[in-house]
Amino acid sequence: MNGLVILIPAAICLGLLALVTFLWSLKTGQYDDLKGASERILDDEAPIRRVDGK
Amino acid sequence: MPVSAIMDTPSPGIAEPASDETEALLALSRSAGAEARQIEFAVPDAYCVTCINAIENGLSRLPQVVSARVNLSQRWVRVVFTPERGSVLDLPRAIRASGYRTHALDPVADNRQDHALHELIRCMAVAGFAAGNIMLFSVSIWSGADAATRDMFHWISALIALPAIAYAGRPFFRSAFAALRVGRTNMDVPISIGVVLATLLSIWETVHSGAHAYFDASTMLLFFLLVGRTFDHLMREKARGAIANLARLTPRGAMRWFPDGTTTYVPVEDVVPGMELLLRAGERVPVDCRVIEGRGDVDLSIVTGESAAVSIGPGASLAAGAINLAAALKVEAERPVSESFLSQMATLMETAEASRTAHRRIADRAAAIYAPAVHAFAIATFLGWGLLAGDWHEALMSAVAVLIITCPCALALAVPIVHAVAAGRLFRNGIMMRDGTALERAAAVTDIAFDKTGTLTLGAVRYDGQVSGDPAMLPIAANLAGHSRHPLAAALLAASPAAPLPADEFHEIPGQGIEALADGVWWRLGSAPFCGGPQAAAGDGTEACLGRDGRVVAVFRFVDAIRPDAASAVATLKAAGKRVEMLSGDGPATVESVAEALAIEQASARLSPEAKLVILKGQAEAGRRVMMVGDGINDAPALRAAHVSMAPSSASDIGRSAADFVFTNGRLASVPFVLDIARRADRLVRENLVLAIGYNTLALPLAVAGHVTPLVAAVAMSTSSVLVVANALRLNLGTNLVQPEEAVPAWRQAEAART
Repeated sequence: MNGLVILIPAAICLGLLALVTFLWSLKTGQYDDLKGASERILDDEAPIRRVDGK
Repeated sequence: MPVSAIMDTPSPGIAEPASDETEALLALSRSAGAEARQIEFAVPDAYCVTCINAIENGLSRLPQVVSARVNLSQRWVRVVFTPERGSVLDLPRAIRASGYRTHALDPVADNRQDHALHELIRCMAVAGFAAGNIMLFSVSIWSGADAATRDMFHWISALIALPAIAYAGRPFFRSAFAALRVGRTNMDVPISIGVVLATLLSIWETVHSGAHAYFDASTMLLFFLLVGRTFDHLMREKARGAIANLARLTPRGAMRWFPDGTTTYVPVEDVVPGMELLLRAGERVPVDCRVIEGRGDVDLSIVTGESAAVSIGPGASLAAGAINLAAALKVEAERPVSESFLSQMATLMETAEASRTAHRRIADRAAAIYAPAVHAFAIATFLGWGLLAGDWHEALMSAVAVLIITCPCALALAVPIVHAVAAGRLFRNGIMMRDGTALERAAAVTDIAFDKTGTLTLGAVRYDGQVSGDPAMLPIAANLAGHSRHPLAAALLAASPAAPLPADEFHEIPGQGIEALADGVWWRLGSAPFCGGPQAAAGDGTEACLGRDGRVVAVFRFVDAIRPDAASAVATLKAAGKRVEMLSGDGPATVESVAEALAIEQASARLSPEAKLVILKGQAEAGRRVMMVGDGINDAPALRAAHVSMAPSSASDIGRSAADFVFTNGRLASVPFVLDIARRADRLVRENLVLAIGYNTLALPLAVAGHVTPLVAAVAMSTSSVLVVANALRLNLGTNLVQPEEAVPAWRQAEAART
């Protein structure tokens, strides 16, 4: 029972972390152009630009 | 007509005015922080990393550009720029200089759609998180956790489930509430009732240390449904984006002409009758107007379906939407935009839609029967157990179990998942589908009505041979044609190499032809009277003459080329038992020759937009389900009135927006392909409904008897959903219309091979 007191909050927190990360990646537009991202990886020369253009 | 041609053609005759489209572009942009503005341009030809680099680097070199980012999935580039540091007009120019066609996109519609999709994805993420975590606790409970642990797990589950359901269930609750408020029912009503009741019962159980809580079932249900709905939305989004990408720059404004020779840009809404306007070569007529100065030719193919260009001079009336081909014209507006030809068509379209036989979606029809049946069962279970056994708590448990086990998870997935798979399959074959009901309607089609110009034919003239004269005259005519922009001249030039002609000067006389003096001989290419012959009798196709010193020495014939696969498409449709007919606005001679070439028995010529409507209405009343395939402005009301409709991507904007399907592959084989997919999708939808209902019918007796535990509910729900999805994926089997590499334009492929 004592183990559960630590394990359950830990499991839920990890899950929440994944959820928040996903929502963040969605909000910053990382799913807006999946095809473009898969092509851009082939480009050796261009400097890495941020998705939101900053 | 590509936009670049409109922007770049110099206009002879009347002086070229300073371009003033800046305001039009700025109106499409929106603020992006201090001083900066943001605008999107469509780049329909971009497909690889080389394209991304070319476009982005071309734009980034401009001083006013803060950032440029190509979105390859949606095929547009978003540019953030500072208007103070340079003109917005340089942006499309830079994209064209990189070798890509482009036009500005209207941002308003895009944003609204994005929000709906983002909300669905966020809801799906939250529901997925909740379902996964609650399932962890549920598995421990089912494995036999003792009472104290079980209660704790139930409480934690409730803590996760309540906010998650409140958040992720909103799309369903909203839709169910909206349906109930107008006294109707849809699939979301039983879903919402099931989810809400299961949650309430689980809370009651948790508070009273009960053994069974359904938190896992309700969150998992929401998750599955949101996955299906998101896929459905994504597919439609993709098709809609592709259609928006096709949109050409329709005239949003006109060039106002002042007596002192200056011009200024006015939005099309501000054009009043009597205003004098300048219409350059290659431009579309913005409002109905009358020519006051200049001669030329106009292309009416998209307005009336007439395939040959029409010569016009002062006094002639022009309908909005026609393309001015040869020279700049001075025109006087006759009607404001709200009363112009285009707007009249829009009004006709609205009335046409009202008369369209109402189509009820299969899903809604199923829900209308299913929901009351399920709710009746639940109430019967509750009363039965309560009255017979006297245990009202057990009765309530069983009634809610009935609602959960029959909660139409698979049923609600059955239809959208098939539509999403079908839309994806069509998209890969170059066909955009507007929504799922179009597919359901296409499955019932009995007749196909084709427009001629631009649909069965390519809508562009082609050289068809020499009628009379010496064959050696053709290269001379081709040389003369090289100095004109008339469509007939372009067709002639494409058909023959040009012979050298020692002429210094070429004069184009708009509306008549072109002339040149070489070695003391006057050569003329154009209409018969212009070349010294008699007025040609109105015959089959279009003719042009070559004149030598005032005598006709050769006559050339042109026809509107039939699409290469039109005959096979018509034959396929006939073989499938569909009745094929042709409804055209063009003259009887051309209509008959095309009908004969394609073996279409039923062909009507010289139809006005209203006449097409009347024919379609008559057929609908006779119980025929007609699919209309057309492209012109004059077809738009008919496209809307038909049971289901289709347009090529070369269609007018209004025609394309009226159609249910738009094909970009340029093949008429798309018509039988769509009908085949629709028929198979219809069968899969019915199979799926039988599967889902069958599954529920098997589980129902268990639930009524009170033997359904949360474990049984969870297993039943997920298996039936997976089964339905797997069945829908069968739609991807079968031969494709186009090979994947054909989706990339041929000239782009050639370019990629070079680099």
